[in-house]
Amino acid sequence: MSTVLTIAVLVLVAIAIWQMTKIFELSQVKAEMTQVANDKDNKYNGYLLFAFLVFIYLITIFSFWKYSKFILPEAASEHGREYDSLLLWSFVIIFIVQTITQALLHYFGYKYRGEKGKKALFFADNDRLEFIWTIIPVIVLAGLILWGLYTWTNIMDINEDDDPLIVELYAQQFNWTARYGGSDNVLGDANVRMIDIDRANILGLDESDPNASDDIIVKELHLPVGRKVNFKMRSQDVLHSAYMPHFRAQMNCVPGMITEFSFTPSITTAEMRLKPEIVDKVNRTNAIRAERAANGEPNSDPWEFDYVLLCNKICGKSHYNMQLKIIVETEEEYNEWIASQQTFGDLMASMN
Amino acid sequence: MSVTAHAAVDEHAHDHGHHHHKETFVTKYIFSQDHKMISKQYLITGLIMGFIGIAMSLLFRLQLAWPGESFPIFETLLGKWAPGGVMDADVYLALVTIHGTIMVFFVLTAGLSGTFSNLLIPLQIGARDMASGFLNMVSYWLFFISSVIMVVSLFVEAGPAAAGWTIYPPLSALPMAQPGSGMGMTLWLVSMAIFIASSLLGSLNYIVTVINLRTKGMSMTRLPLTIWAFFVTAIIGVISFPVLLSAALLLIMDRSFGTSFFLSDIFIQGEVLHYQGGSPVLFEHLFWFLGHPEVYIVLLPALGITSEVMSTNARKPIFGYRAMVASILAIAFLSTIVWGHHMFVSGMNPFLGSVFTFTTLLIAIPSAVKAFNYITTLWKGNLQLNPAMLFSIGLVSTFITGGLTGIILGDSTLDINVHDTYFVVAHFHLVMGISALYGLFAGVYHWFPKMFKRMMNKNLGYVHFWITAVCAYGVFFPMHFVGMAGVPRRYYENTAFPMFDELADVNVLVTVFALVAGVAQLVFVYNFIHSIFYGKPTVQNPWKSNTLEWTAPVEHFHGNWEGEIPEVHRWAYDYSKTKENGEYIIAGQDFVPQNIPLQEDEEELNH
Repeated sequence: MSTVLTIAVLVLVAIAIWQMTKIFELSQVKAEMTQVANDKDNKYNGYLLFAFLVFIYLITIFSFWKYSKFILPEAASEHGREYDSLLLWSFVIIFIVQTITQALLHYFGYKYRGEKGKKALFFADNDRLEFIWTIIPVIVLAGLILWGLYTWTNIMDINEDDDPLIVELYAQQFNWTARYGGSDNVLGDANVRMIDIDRANILGLDESDPNASDDIIVKELHLPVGRKVNFKMRSQDVLHSAYMPHFRAQMNCVPGMITEFSFTPSITTAEMRLKPEIVDKVNRTNAIRAERAANGEPNSDPWEFDYVLLCNKICGKSHYNMQLKIIVETEEEYNEWIASQQTFGDLMASMN
Repeated sequence: MSVTAHAAVDEHAHDHGHHHHKETFVTKYIFSQDHKMISKQYLITGLIMGFIGIAMSLLFRLQLAWPGESFPIFETLLGKWAPGGVMDADVYLALVTIHGTIMVFFVLTAGLSGTFSNLLIPLQIGARDMASGFLNMVSYWLFFISSVIMVVSLFVEAGPAAAGWTIYPPLSALPMAQPGSGMGMTLWLVSMAIFIASSLLGSLNYIVTVINLRTKGMSMTRLPLTIWAFFVTAIIGVISFPVLLSAALLLIMDRSFGTSFFLSDIFIQGEVLHYQGGSPVLFEHLFWFLGHPEVYIVLLPALGITSEVMSTNARKPIFGYRAMVASILAIAFLSTIVWGHHMFVSGMNPFLGSVFTFTTLLIAIPSAVKAFNYITTLWKGNLQLNPAMLFSIGLVSTFITGGLTGIILGDSTLDINVHDTYFVVAHFHLVMGISALYGLFAGVYHWFPKMFKRMMNKNLGYVHFWITAVCAYGVFFPMHFVGMAGVPRRYYENTAFPMFDELADVNVLVTVFALVAGVAQLVFVYNFIHSIFYGKPTVQNPWKSNTLEWTAPVEHFHGNWEGEIPEVHRWAYDYSKTKENGEYIIAGQDFVPQNIPLQEDEEELNH
């Protein structure tokens, strides 16, 4: 594949150079020619502008045809549905405007290409036209702004109603750790100054805080479906960003402060794996992986879909590989899992 | 050149004699105080930096398309950072960082605004030079020094700055977080501090010159839109660059003197650092207070150049001159109060997010007005499709395509999931990167005769434009889909996530287009250098343009015009203006330069 493309590039470059030299020779022949566009230049470039319009439409269609299946699957969180419809409508508006304005721009470029003796229209002003194309964006944008702000306010209204699960996401170069509030659902106090690596207190929890002893520290995030989760993000070194694309969720992790995000997972991992678009994606991916395995290349193990937490703020050398698996499951499965985890208190006791 | 215009200038030509001074090589070519020479210095320095910046992007595009593959060119250029020809992850980040820094500041700020503000402000407003030729010279040489320091930082032992062009602390502040945050980052900060000084001296000079040195009759409403754009750009620069300087100074103090402006509660490499009470979010505020206006510092000059080039080549007045000026002012004002849209998910108060969404989407309105006005300027024109004109049309096209996706990113809700993904990369490259580069190219092709007294080869210009135009969309259109698939930017490779496996082909396609586009720029380089020495000598007004720079003789000398400075009697856009009987104002000529007095039975329009 890559060799074919390399060859294609070289061929294209060769053609470009050949064409250039040819054009250059041609331009040398008529030495008297000025370097200002003449009728012939206007004609050819006018046609090319029209062809370019076709090219823009084609690359749009091509990209949608080939690549739209790569776009993230349906949102797996409750607010994500609202997000997706706002996104869809914004895109509809964008594509209407894009199609019309590019058409006008390039069509005018083609239609009004210069000819000797042609007279341009002296047209300097028209208040009504300008009013129209000021007011239309104003109305459309007002709609988008209102809708966007309403959704934003809802998403960012992080409160303790409906008994949310409290989870801390802790970032460091280059991994994630999650901490649950435990049976009291309250996170114990923590600060980097209390980190004690020797005693495995890696998150700097305050051992004297009673709320801390039942906290549960894990390397895999399990969430019960349908229950609101309030995330508290911390970072111990540099900026990171907790990016959970399938849930339409993202918040930076900032050393020195606790940031928050909240969402309600709505589709379990098991359900998601059965969605046709995910089944297709997994099949496509595993076909690629099988090919790699046949060639003895790395990253060739078969893949099973999982939600994932990525780091999305440049954080250093291994920024590209800082991830945490997220599993959304039923309430019962979650309860069973959490009960099997060791608490912070037990961990400390085992250290003594 | 029109007969009448000649007469107006020639009248005085013999009264005053020449303004030639005895000039040595050093005062003429190196420490020149002549704005025309300084503009050439800016242009050539900017182009050299552009060459480095674009070459870097090609290197990391190779890595992204074929992750972990060994390329001999990596070993040649990157040496110890590409053992066995495989690019190292740290140097990948360094390349991304320096590419961004160089392209934004050194090419598109200094190379674009520096070049054309210097060239055009005195010539188009009818001044003999800038208000202070000396400060102007200092401004260039500070820019030169900062460029040299930036390039030198590439050769530092531990590597150049690699924290992203936004250099967010703590990553940029702590050498233990990243090797590039040692000496490399120190040099980056020093270079930028000098750059800011250069930019301020330049901007103040531009502002004073536009306000004070306009020739007789050149009211503000008769200024060409280029000058309006440069003038307003300079004002935004003066307002926002000092804030970046303060951010850089505070960061230097955090790094070297143990203060805690941006740092707090840090545990790294097994120990707690003493920093307490600072906030990285504060740095983000300070950075983007410049960073966002910077986008318009880059873009407005390009739009100004487009206005001028498009009107001249359409043989039509720019449509809605006053609306264009109003848009520039509105964009400039709004640009200083939208910085928070880079920080929707930074942890700042969500209420601020609402405010910034509102102001950000407002800025779409003047931008839309500008785009519609450009399109209307083409309508019923007599388009002379010179390379500069094609680049201007291309600019409007990418400005629209890239600007529209801004509606997604500027909306705090939608930004949550596309923030810092390749969707952002595609958006800003189209709307400010490619658009501003097109503006730069349009300017070079259009004013090359004014700068170098020769014409560039138009056919090579066409080859350059068409390959670049196709490749620009080929690179950045598919990239939106990579972002919509959730791929974060600044990832050395995407192989750690099986969900991104199937995007490998898109990355290959993007890289192929990028490589071809890179090669096409060599056509420009060849055309540029060749034409400086062997181009066809130009006539005084090759594009039959109205603005004052074309009333100055082809020959360069300090002072621009022999004899008196031309007086201005009309706006810059009397193209194809006719009398009531349908004849051109000046028989047989479809343009009326600004220095031509109103003719009989001609109405001056109240623009």
